[in-house]
Amino acid sequence: MDNNLLIKTNRRIVKDSIMKWLFGTASFLLIVLIAFLFYGIGADGVGRLNLSLFTNFGSRFPEQAGLKAALVGTLSLMAVVIPVSMFIGICSAIYLEEYAVKNKWTAFIEMNISNLAGVPSVVFGLLGLTVFSRALFLGNSILAAGLTMSVLILPIIIVASQEAIRSVPDNLREASYGMGATKWQTITQVIMPSSIGSILTGSILSFSRAIGETAPLIVLGIPVIIQFLPTGPLSTFTALPMQIYDWAKRPQPEFADVASAGIIVLLVILVTMNAFAIYFRNKAMKKLQN
Amino acid sequence: MTLIKDRKEKIGLHVMKNENWKKPVYETNGLNVWYGTSHALKNIDLTINEKEVTAIIGPSGCGKSTYLKTLNRMVETARDVHISGNVTFMGNAILGKAMPVELLRSKVGMVFQKPNPFPKSIYENVAFGPRIHGIRNKVMLDVIVEDSLRKAALWDEVKDRLHKSAYGLSGGQQQRLCIARCLAIDPEVILMDEPTSALDPVSTHKVEELIATIKNDVTIAIVTHNMQQASRISDRTAFFLNGEIVECDRTSTLFSTPEDSRTNDYINGRFG
Ligand SMILES: Nc1ncnc2c1ncn2[C@@H]1O[C@H](COP(=O)(O)OP(=O)(O)O)[C@@H](O)[C@H]1O
Ligand SMILES: [Mg+2]
Repeated sequence: MDNNLLIKTNRRIVKDSIMKWLFGTASFLLIVLIAFLFYGIGADGVGRLNLSLFTNFGSRFPEQAGLKAALVGTLSLMAVVIPVSMFIGICSAIYLEEYAVKNKWTAFIEMNISNLAGVPSVVFGLLGLTVFSRALFLGNSILAAGLTMSVLILPIIIVASQEAIRSVPDNLREASYGMGATKWQTITQVIMPSSIGSILTGSILSFSRAIGETAPLIVLGIPVIIQFLPTGPLSTFTALPMQIYDWAKRPQPEFADVASAGIIVLLVILVTMNAFAIYFRNKAMKKLQN
Repeated sequence: MTLIKDRKEKIGLHVMKNENWKKPVYETNGLNVWYGTSHALKNIDLTINEKEVTAIIGPSGCGKSTYLKTLNRMVETARDVHISGNVTFMGNAILGKAMPVELLRSKVGMVFQKPNPFPKSIYENVAFGPRIHGIRNKVMLDVIVEDSLRKAALWDEVKDRLHKSAYGLSGGQQQRLCIARCLAIDPEVILMDEPTSALDPVSTHKVEELIATIKNDVTIAIVTHNMQQASRISDRTAFFLNGEIVECDRTSTLFSTPEDSRTNDYINGRFG
């Protein structure tokens, strides 16, 4: 055997194992960090995870504080966000992918949509304040916040839907048009059934972002302590992250436990949603596998 | 008689050589197609007769697919396409605004090189065409599906799994399913673009047998790379080269006594 080659090969193998250790340690550190975080929250919050947490409104007294208003508020918020953002998002994606002529203009628009996905959420809060709260007189209502959150996650939904639509193979479009189908029939009967799984995945992930966002709500002046449930889209409300934020900044140490309990509730909702997202993604991937 | 004579003069030599006068389904006169500035089809004159198999042969890039896709106007989906000339389908001009593409394509099916069933059940694949053309009645759809699958010689293989995904079928079965899907709209013509080039010999044989049986009901225009296939299954053959038709004749004549030396070279494998 060529000695030189042996040395070189050994060097490569050593380098490989060093890298493996490096990357392994990095992932391990991350997992340890997350474990600590979860342990901390769990230890503090589990004690407060009882029925009264869900049946009580906010309170000055930590032992009586609950997140009833916040939970209902977040659900009401999503009742606006989900239909509005999905409808506008999917329609825009279909337009851009299937109808719009590919030219400099549409490329420019698409670039801007992708860039919007990276704009800080507080900027969307200001937009919502100007347009929905003030110009349209929606104040700090569920509708104002819901529309603001919809705009916030629209870029994510559009980009995810575009990718899903683009991943439908062109030969399926050819098959459909070749049979005399119109564009609309092709969209509803070939493209949507093949891409809706991935669209749902992207959408659900963006909904979890909308559930967790706090900054736009603060800008819109959403209150924290509310002693009633919303009566309609125009009534004001509070939301989980607002409530948690408020508890977390109070001086009494008991409120830290309530905040932890609130975080657990929020995390459970988010993890459940992500599980659904993964389920839809797997189903979607299976579907197009020929 | 004068009518026929006029027609023959208009269409040119290709038809005159056709001994049995048959009704033309497609008549192409002076067809030119450009992709941007590249001239893909040059002054094509060709007639496709009813209930015949017309094979289109020629080396890669000579414009066979472009011609086939002009016949159902799928060619227009490419960017920057420019078409001139005249194409009639059953006597009606099809280019430009003369006919809605949806109407044309409801009479002209297309089978592609790579089998492209929808990610739906076998049943839904075949029922797709009838459904988009407005047939909702379940019994009627059942009848059409069974009938089309039988014609495509696939019924016995799939009758127990009609509601299973079409992706569970082999490549050859998928291609026959695509043919069944075309048959379900009861087309006048089926255009096939190298339908067997992605298939194994056994599946190829089955598709060829299928073509031989359905040609009693439909007109077929088939692009093929395979010289033996053209001579086995087609009644007439057109040889394309660099976007032009070099020769078009009865298949037996074209393969035994080609007129043009380029045809002779091509069918004897000297290029392409
Ligand atoms: N969508 C397209 N855009 C630009 N040029 C194309 C396109 N499709 C085909 N061509 C060109 O047109 C010519 C004929 O192509 P095609 O009809 O696909 O040939 P064939 O099917 O005989 O191999 C080729 O030179 C090819 O590069
Ligand atoms: Mg081709």
